[in-house]
Order: sequence, then C-alpha cells, then structure tokens
Amino acid sequence: MLDLSFLPSGRGGAVTDLPDDQDDAQTFAMDAAAFSHPSFVLPSVADPVAWMKHQMSDAAENRIKMAKGTTTLAFKFKDGIIVAVDSRATGGTYIASQSVKKIIEINPYLLGTMAGGAADCSYWERELGRRCRVYELRNKERISVAAASKLLSNMVYAYKGMGLSMGTMVVGWDKTGPALFYVDSDGQRLKGDLFSVGSGSTFAYGVLDSGYHCNLSIEEAIDLGRRSIYHATFRDAASGGSVLIYHVRQDGWQVISRTDVTELHYQYAEEPRPSLL
Amino acid sequence: MAMKGKNCVAIAADRRFGVQLMTLSTDFQKIFEINPRTYIGLPGLATDVQTLSELFRFKTNLYKLREERDISPKTFSHMVSSTLYEKRFGNYFCEPVIAGIEKDGSPYICSMDLLGCINHAKDFVVSGTASSQMYGTAEGLWEPELEPEELFETIAQAMMSAVDRDASSGWGVIVHVITQDGVMTKTLKARMD
Repeated sequence: MLDLSFLPSGRGGAVTDLPDDQDDAQTFAMDAAAFSHPSFVLPSVADPVAWMKHQMSDAAENRIKMAKGTTTLAFKFKDGIIVAVDSRATGGTYIASQSVKKIIEINPYLLGTMAGGAADCSYWERELGRRCRVYELRNKERISVAAASKLLSNMVYAYKGMGLSMGTMVVGWDKTGPALFYVDSDGQRLKGDLFSVGSGSTFAYGVLDSGYHCNLSIEEAIDLGRRSIYHATFRDAASGGSVLIYHVRQDGWQVISRTDVTELHYQYAEEPRPSLL
Repeated sequence: MAMKGKNCVAIAADRRFGVQLMTLSTDFQKIFEINPRTYIGLPGLATDVQTLSELFRFKTNLYKLREERDISPKTFSHMVSSTLYEKRFGNYFCEPVIAGIEKDGSPYICSMDLLGCINHAKDFVVSGTASSQMYGTAEGLWEPELEPEELFETIAQAMMSAVDRDASSGWGVIVHVITQDGVMTKTLKARMD
C-alpha cells in the first residue's frame, strides 16, 4: 500500500511533511506552503487509491472516461531540439476539437507536451511553470530541465493510482545545453535524445527512426518532425488536425509552423516516391 | 447514409477500414450495386460486410433467374431483412442502408438494424459510427424535392461534415446518385486524418 499520509486529507489544507526536529517550524511551514502545490480534496474514504481505482474500472456504474489520443514527439539534434505535435482532441471516437495546443509554454526556455488527460497535463504543467518561477526567484538562476522535470514527476507521483493520466515531454535549454525528458503519471522519468508519446506514437516512431540522425540540418529536422506527425495522423484515428512545430535553441524556444494535415497529405502525395530497388 | 430527392436517391459512405484506432485501408468498399436501380450500403464488421455483399449477390442473381427481372428496392430490402433475422441468435454485425428507384420512378430508401428491423423514412436514413453526426448534418441540410445535382451537393456536404467529427470515419467519401437514367458516382476529396 502507498503511504499517502503526507497528502492533505479530508477538506484539504497545508502540506504537513515537516521534519521532526523543527526549531523554526513557522518559517518552514510558510516556505513549504509557497513551494508546494495547491492541495486537492481527496475522497474521504479509508483508502482513496482503492476507491478511485474502483471508480475508474469497468465495473463502476459511472465510469470516469477521459479524453485520450494524441501524437507528440521531440528529438535532439545538433542545432537544438524539435518538438512536433498534432492538434486533435477526442472523447471516445467523437472529435471534440481539431485545434488544440498540445505544446505548453512553461517559460521562455521550457516547453511541455500534452498527451493523455488534457486537464491533467495543462494543470500540472502550469503548476510546474509556477514552481520554476519560484525556483528562479529564490536561487537567482534558471532551473535546469532535469530539475524541472523531476518537480513534475514528483508532483504527479504523489497522486499515483488515483487516475491522473499524462505522458509528457519536458524540453528546454539549460547550462548543460539542450535537454529532453519523458515524464508520465505512473512516475516514470527518462532522459533521452528522441521520444514520441501518445496513441499515434508507434506510427511516428516508424518515420522518425528511419530518418533520424544527429547531424540533421534545421530544415531537415523540422521536415522530419512534420512528416512523422503527419503519418501518425493518417494511420491513427485519434490523431489529426494540424501539425504544430517548435524549435528549442540556446536563446529559448521558437514557434516554427502550424500546418493543416490535409494540406500536407496532398502536398506529400505529389512528391515522387523513391523506388525500393 | 441515403437521401431521397425528386425522382432520385443518393447513397454515400466513407472509405475507411480500420481496427479500432488503426487505419488499415482507405479504399474500402461499403456500398454495393445490386442492380442499376438498387444500391446497398453495409457499414459494420468488415468480414460481415463482405460475406453479406456476396450473399446478396447470390440471392439476387437467383431471384433474377427465377423471375426474369431485376429485384425492386422494396422487395430487396425485405430479402435483406429476412436474411439478417435468420441469424437472430448469432447475428451479423452490420446495419444496412438501401437506396433505389422503384419501377414507377418513385425514390426508395430504408435503413435496418443488425437483426433486420426495417426503418422507412421520407427524407434520409443514416447508419454507422458517425450516425449521430449524420443526423445533425442531414437534418440541417436536407430539403424536399431536390434535383439530382442538388441532392449530390446536399449528401456530399452532410457526409463530409459528419465524418470530420468522427475519429473512426473518413479517409475519403464516395457518393452515388441514382436516377431513372442511370447512376452518377463521385469520389470526394476529403480530410485524410
């Protein structure tokens, strides 16, 4: 069983994980409150995790269903990082929107991508933005991508098993150069050069892996990201809309383009195909 | 989806074949010609779509040999209904839509549930995963007494808008407009996501 005693319970309240030998408990509590995230009202039952698990199972009468289905990708190359995403939001098979912004601008140097529960991603990545700002004010320097991604992963880990659903990439440029982390709501946090997340990720990986190498030019890298997302939107019913691309460099992120995939489909169809032999 | 017009009917379907979220092909045939004045649309489980289309081809060929004439849309719809009900306790997963022109020139459309219960409508019928969306678009666009060209435009726009709100439909749309003089078939350029 998970020990959730450190979480505020019942009607909510301040976080209570204060060290035992606290001389200056008052100051520490204030610090902890400023640096901690807002608390949530947990279901007032003996075992919230088990209760939520039941609510989300097929057996529950009012099963909680959430919007899922996405393709997102990000990869490092010699001139920074490319982040590319689709823009479709679905509830079951119903297309709720074709113009969702799945790249979240945490601050001018940090980006987060959105896959899984839209509300979970947008809330926790906004909260991450707030905490990164607090870090900056306290330490008089920008937070590293590693630290930022760990803040996020620790925040969502506190709610493990309670139905949070997010698969996100935290992307940015810090002292160490370009950095890319995968963080999900199970608590997994991975560092890497190339990730794709979401229901269309397998299709995106297929295109991405066949065209990826570190020495891609900026133009080639942008095109590879765009093609990978396009091919995922073609095969994956839950991905679609338009392809949004960002480029992360030393001086922060830049919006590169936003293209409707229908335009891309007919544009790519015109291109000559290389023979297989 | 099928719609009535003035001395004409139209039937349209998307071209996607997929397993849950994965699209496997984008040129899948769901509408079949029974005779030059009768078409059937078979949305549902792909294996049953193909089994049923072959079964109806077989049955209508036998009908033609015996009767020495083409089956009428109305008679055909009852043949389809009985065929489906025969499998009452182990049914096909398919909800057909039938459109045609009767011998007297009057338009005929109907839809059916997977056990063969026939539904007649004076305006339009819909079936498949995007049926709620199609009800919305068709209800908004359809008018009585449409000429074939107008009917084509109406059903085409209704289909295109409907499949763009359903993740498991789309990847191209095919439309047949059936008149006494013949059939006009068009494949529409659609969103491919």
